[in-house]
Amino acid sequence: MKQVTVPVLAALAKVLSGATVRWIGCEPETCQRIYFANHTSHLDALVLWASLPKNIRNLTRPVAAVDYWQSGPVRRYMATVFNVLLIDRKKIKVHNSPIDMMLREIGDVNSLIVFPEGSRNLSGKMGEFKSGLFHLAKKRPDLELMPVYIDNLNRVMPKGEFLPVPLLSCISIGAPIWLESGESKAEFLQRARKSVLKMKDS
Amino acid sequence: MIDATLTTLLAVQNETASSFGEGPGSWTIGLVLVVLVSLGALLAAGQTLKRKPESHIDPAILRNFNKRVTSWLTICVMLVIALMLHRSVTIALFGFVSFWALREFITMTPTRRGDHRTLFWVLFGFTPLQYVLVGIDNYDLFTIVIPVYASLFIPARIAFAGDHKRFLERTAKIQFGLLICVYSLSHSAALLNLKLAKWNADEGEWEAWQNDTYGLLFFFIAIVQVSDILHFLWDRLFGRHVIAPAVNATKTWEGLLGAACCTSLVGMVIQVVLPVTPFTWWGAGFMALIISIMASSGSMTMSAIKRDRGVKEHGTLVLGHAGVLDRIDSICFAAPIFFHLTRFFTDAERKGIEVVVEQSVAAVTTGMSCFSAMV
Repeated sequence: MKQVTVPVLAALAKVLSGATVRWIGCEPETCQRIYFANHTSHLDALVLWASLPKNIRNLTRPVAAVDYWQSGPVRRYMATVFNVLLIDRKKIKVHNSPIDMMLREIGDVNSLIVFPEGSRNLSGKMGEFKSGLFHLAKKRPDLELMPVYIDNLNRVMPKGEFLPVPLLSCISIGAPIWLESGESKAEFLQRARKSVLKMKDS
Repeated sequence: MIDATLTTLLAVQNETASSFGEGPGSWTIGLVLVVLVSLGALLAAGQTLKRKPESHIDPAILRNFNKRVTSWLTICVMLVIALMLHRSVTIALFGFVSFWALREFITMTPTRRGDHRTLFWVLFGFTPLQYVLVGIDNYDLFTIVIPVYASLFIPARIAFAGDHKRFLERTAKIQFGLLICVYSLSHSAALLNLKLAKWNADEGEWEAWQNDTYGLLFFFIAIVQVSDILHFLWDRLFGRHVIAPAVNATKTWEGLLGAACCTSLVGMVIQVVLPVTPFTWWGAGFMALIISIMASSGSMTMSAIKRDRGVKEHGTLVLGHAGVLDRIDSICFAAPIFFHLTRFFTDAERKGIEVVVEQSVAAVTTGMSCFSAMV
């Protein structure tokens, strides 16, 4: 069943978003990566995941909130199709850190799609990054952190809308960054945020 | 499955055989072949020149030329396949192109969140509706549904959404996009609906025109292509006086007028050699002249929009897309004018200008007699 639904849904997501994918200063590869992107629409995770080449897509899991993806049978089914790694936003504790869970889940094979802004913003401006990306980078310095800028998808399906307007969107994936030695959390998060913004104009 | 396809193909063949069977129908096929062969030849010439490093032609110009020819060839092949399949397939093809062009247009014009639902209705409501109306040949509705009903719906829906910032600007953008990409373009598909009459000079009277309207549609598309290519060549070879450098640095008056005159000649030649339209040879020349001027106006208008938005080619805003809007802007502007002129002069019922003259004369006479009675 999944052999059919996955390509069909991926194709649908691509047609609906008219997404062009640009790899700037990097190539699609199957090595372990964290794709971190700006978050403006429910479709972000889906479209970014769908626009990766098939062999990479199969290894990549979007990280998303359990309260959204577990509400209703359609979303729950979608979550299994896209192999979403669900995080419970309400139960984040020190001993139940989502970072550890993510690292446990990906092992030494999978890649992740994360949205460090945490939630979708309405203003159209990119918010500040939450610290999760920093902890991921610190605990697994071997992971390639890929900045991704998703353009125009907020117009395809803005927050609070359920009918998509299939405008053309653009996904720009940039050269990987790593945590520099001695770099503070704030510095790193600022740099990561700028690397995403840089993709907007390149 | 294959059986079914074969049967359909055979049926289509029989159908085309009967409609193209005798007389002028085969002229359409002739025109199609001529256009395809000449585009193929242009493509081959362009590719050969590209491989010759010693040629003195600017490689940028050559690349642009090759790109244009390739996209025109794609359009023609798609159109020919659609025409061979069925009338409704052709109309659906135009509908799809409209949808895609509107999608590109809205992508490059900034809209606000409050426009979301309006855009949804414009893309999924009015666009298909327009082509359904063309498909069922409802002339009265398809000529007014967008300029009247959609034009009223769009501002009202935006107002109901509650966002008043830059209200008129946003409304105008969506209306314009819908008008150009959907309404105007649909007139080229509507050419298939026309029932035409032909002036028989020997008998001195109008007679029903027996040929299929596919030829008329293909004549129109071919003339727009010829005009585009000629405009490009005239600009590069003889262009001196740029029309509006701020809008488009390459379009010149020489190009506009030269292309219009040459296109007119091409129109006459096509009509004389392959009579696919009900026009006389000078009528075809006149139509080609108008088409060429409208096509140039279309490219100029789109250039102005692009300049304003700061996009050089609409397509590169979102890289990788061919830029459908770039290729059809000239068709969009020429289609409604060509449609209405054709309908005015050669429609089977109206029989053209002489009726208008007759009616005007009658009106003036009535007016005169009323006036004299009053005096």
